[in-house]
Amino acid sequence: MSEHLKTNNAVIKWIDHRLPVFSMMNETMIDYPAPKNLNYWWNFGSLAGLALVVMIVTGIVLAMQYTAHVDYAFNSVERIMRDVNGGWLVRYIHMNMASFFFIAVFIHMFRGLYYGSYKAPREILWMLGVVILLLMMATAFMGYVLPWGQMSFWGATVITNLFSAFPLIGESIVTWLWGGFSVDNPTLNRFFALHYLLPFVIVGVVAVHLWALHRFGSNNPLGIEAKGPQDKIPFHPYYTVKDAFGVGVFLLAFSGFLFFAPNFMGHPDNYIPANPLVTPAHIVPEWYFLPFYAILRSIPDKLMGVLAMFASIGILFILPWLDRSPVRSAKFRPVYKWFFWLFFANCLLLGWVGQEAAEGLPLLLGRLATAYYFIHFLVILPLLGVMERPKPLPVSISEPVLKGGGALAGAAAKPMEKA
Amino acid sequence: MAADSAHASQKSQDEETRRDFLYLVATAMGAVGAGAFAWPLVNSMNPSADVLALASTEVDLTPIEVGQSLTVVWRGKPVFIRHRTEAEITEAAGVSLDELPDQEADSDRVVKPEWLIVGGNCTHLGCVPLGQKTGDEKGEFGGWFCPCHGSHYDTSGRIRKGPAPENLPVPPVEFLDDNTIKIG
Ligand code: HEM
Ligand code: FES
Repeated sequence: MSEHLKTNNAVIKWIDHRLPVFSMMNETMIDYPAPKNLNYWWNFGSLAGLALVVMIVTGIVLAMQYTAHVDYAFNSVERIMRDVNGGWLVRYIHMNMASFFFIAVFIHMFRGLYYGSYKAPREILWMLGVVILLLMMATAFMGYVLPWGQMSFWGATVITNLFSAFPLIGESIVTWLWGGFSVDNPTLNRFFALHYLLPFVIVGVVAVHLWALHRFGSNNPLGIEAKGPQDKIPFHPYYTVKDAFGVGVFLLAFSGFLFFAPNFMGHPDNYIPANPLVTPAHIVPEWYFLPFYAILRSIPDKLMGVLAMFASIGILFILPWLDRSPVRSAKFRPVYKWFFWLFFANCLLLGWVGQEAAEGLPLLLGRLATAYYFIHFLVILPLLGVMERPKPLPVSISEPVLKGGGALAGAAAKPMEKA
Repeated sequence: MAADSAHASQKSQDEETRRDFLYLVATAMGAVGAGAFAWPLVNSMNPSADVLALASTEVDLTPIEVGQSLTVVWRGKPVFIRHRTEAEITEAAGVSLDELPDQEADSDRVVKPEWLIVGGNCTHLGCVPLGQKTGDEKGEFGGWFCPCHGSHYDTSGRIRKGPAPENLPVPPVEFLDDNTIKIG
């Protein structure tokens, strides 16, 4: 697939012959042929990658000033904010980029849902993405514990206690997670160690994710495979430029939060030092956990609530086998398209419910939304695969462009492409 | 001849099973080794000796008037001590066990009925329920109310309503004299 490395530089040639890193970079980022019709929703993968790098760089700098001990953690973070040169900036970047990382990844995933990017032959690619999401959640959760404020402490208590729901072994698991009988110094220490480690595990999984991606290349808005070189363009300069433009917009939005509302997505209670004797009146997790938290709380039974919450992510692993429709892109799925938006709205609703007190109307809506979340995957998708009549697919990526709008009519003769 | 070839195949089959066996034993040995290596690492995350050697807490009950509560710390967690009123005791004792999600008689939860001593973390996900301070909301059953996800506890610290599955736990308590207790 790849052209040979074009260079006259003798040193590069010498190295590349022995260790083909330059060829590899060329094949994956320069000459790499990508479908020529990718839209802006395809920017969010590279944005997530950028966010990961920013998190690691700012995190390592923070770790040089941070003290993982219950007596010092809170003050060491305050010291970062007040005394360390530019410490406020580094910490606010780390805090806000965590949110932007999730924004990028959530959009990236909804993109996948809309355009059917999880379907054959990209199932493993998709599943690796879900693994990355889980690792990100674990990392962000443990990072939020580090400043050792009230939300840190009570978030850690509530989330670790989820494991006590498991019969028989639950209590021992929780004691083991804590390294004691409550969230305390041993817990903070191990969370710091893991918070430092997991981002690098994420880097590893991202590498495998990209490996799987490059096996068949990107999906595209039409959801049909590229038929040949005429359907593709080299990654550089076309998508490097498009990605770079996306980075500019992303960082602009990010800077808005960073410089004008750095605590907008945080919670004021976390600026109160942890107190094991007083739970804040209204504990809520970070916004990116809210839909899952809503699912947890909408089920009155403790164990079932915990299982439903885990299942809400676990179900994404089997999504490629629940959606049986041979057509990938929602562009050609007139019914699925509506259910996609309904599902999207349902996720937003769950997010809203997650930050309300679990009673009255929010509780009722939360229950309905939780049910619908699972119905979407377990009932609607399998049924649509059989019942929906997809629109005719274009013959190739180039065809609708080259022949104008009329091309779709021509494609009707050849109704459906099995990718 | 036939016997010969049968013998040969018998032999090669023998060798295959022997080799399979060796593979199996070697792999099993490796797995046991990896497990033996992993266990101390995993176990090191369990509570350490200094955490386990937790001092017990002694509490002087004299300053707690009838109807008042005190929160003390034991093993890094809150413990609720409530000097119950007659009404609270009667109410706790009067409940029929069938009404309780986690069936326990009040008499099994106290040493002396006027002193209720229970762990102060909600058995749902560990928040500290309200009800210790005078102005606090005490829930529908007059004991404690956990605002995190809405669990109601009665005047014996038993779960009555909400997602929590169990009663507030009763720690080991010993009366050293009429007005001093040792928790732990
Ligand atoms: C996947 C990447 C990462 C995510 C999603 C993440 C997330 C977070 C979050 C949400 C916080 C809490 C911020 C706050 O409210 O104060 C935090 C704190 C922290 N993180 Fe990370 N982090 C990541 C990578 C790293 C790395 C690689 C390090 C390197 C050691 C690191 C070191 C720290 C430190 C020292 C703190 C405590 C200081 C503070 O609270 O600002 N993080 N992290
Ligand atoms: S922690 Fe008390 S109700 Fe959930």
